[in-house]
Amino acid sequence: MSSTEAKSKTPQPYWNPYLSGIGLGLVLLASFVIMGRGLGASGAFSSAVAYGVQAIAPSHAQSNEFYSEYLGDGTKNPLMDWLVFEVLGVFAGGYISGSLAGRVKKTIEHGKGFTDKKRLLFAFIGGALMGIGAKLARGCTSGQALTGGAVLNAGSWAFMMMVFAGAYATAYFVRRQWQ
Amino acid sequence: MNAPFYKFGLFGDDVSLIVAFIVGIGFGFFLERAGFGSSMKLAAQFYFTDMTVLKVMFTAIVTAMVGLFYLSWIGFVDLSEVYVSTTYLLPQIAGGLLLGIGFVIGGYCPGTSCVGAATGRLDGAACLAGIFAGIFLFGEAFPLFSGFYVSTNLGRLTLPEVFGMSYGMVVFLVAAMAVGAFYAAEWAEKKFGSKKTN
Repeated sequence: MSSTEAKSKTPQPYWNPYLSGIGLGLVLLASFVIMGRGLGASGAFSSAVAYGVQAIAPSHAQSNEFYSEYLGDGTKNPLMDWLVFEVLGVFAGGYISGSLAGRVKKTIEHGKGFTDKKRLLFAFIGGALMGIGAKLARGCTSGQALTGGAVLNAGSWAFMMMVFAGAYATAYFVRRQWQ
Repeated sequence: MNAPFYKFGLFGDDVSLIVAFIVGIGFGFFLERAGFGSSMKLAAQFYFTDMTVLKVMFTAIVTAMVGLFYLSWIGFVDLSEVYVSTTYLLPQIAGGLLLGIGFVIGGYCPGTSCVGAATGRLDGAACLAGIFAGIFLFGEAFPLFSGFYVSTNLGRLTLPEVFGMSYGMVVFLVAAMAVGAFYAAEWAEKKFGSKKTN
């Protein structure tokens, strides 16, 4: 089936969550067995940010402890990194699944009473908070909650509980975005 | 012991990047299959109307956790070679709270924002841009809180060590807890969920 065909069809329903979860768990398990490490996302963005800062202000980046951790000793391109390649795969895999199911669509998702413009602003603000949070915690829902959760990492479980706590505590105040 | 393959030198860094890309494809594929390219579906978790996030996440954790436990039990995987990141308790608690707040405002988490953007969701792309901005802010402000960042360092700490139980016992308890959470999730969806299925 070509992707144009898929797009013209009505989107297929999502998979059963337990089935998707098993698939996701097997990918994570394969990563443990093959690499000895799990999945991630925010680390790749940090490499990209550190790379960008270095390109614009090399000495500034080198003197910053946070960036220099991602830049290494300068013998290796910081973008030739495991997580960077993994996240490129996430984009590809997401697109493949979405186009096979007729779900690739240029759109902005929000509840009925919300505007596109406000939704994009909220998405950006939420993203910025997550960027800060993920760096404080040394990982996000992928690297800490999912991966650390599966290897019974104590810090990851504390992190995971706090993600749910933070989200549930805030949900009421942003409900208009989603209703 | 034969695994982790990379740790036992079966292939080098160049091949590991190809592995990374393939693993990422699988990761992105199943996230999208579950519906995690959609911020509406992800956010519904926090209003108890659609508990897919919890179901998928805990199913994945239990699958990988039980699989890893058995593979190490039969002597195939050397568990000590599987990376467990250092616990920094307070920064991780604060970071988790911030990420949770950002999640329900932004509608995605960092990994799912990639899937949203890849399937055309402009709010996913905006969230992704926000993450970059947040990391940049964090990096620029890093000298201000570098002390907090390395505080409460508990080393490589696992739940079996915290609770003084065997690894297998904690695996069993986490799996049992997950099954309980699935029952609670199904109940919550019946009580709070909307009539429509997706």
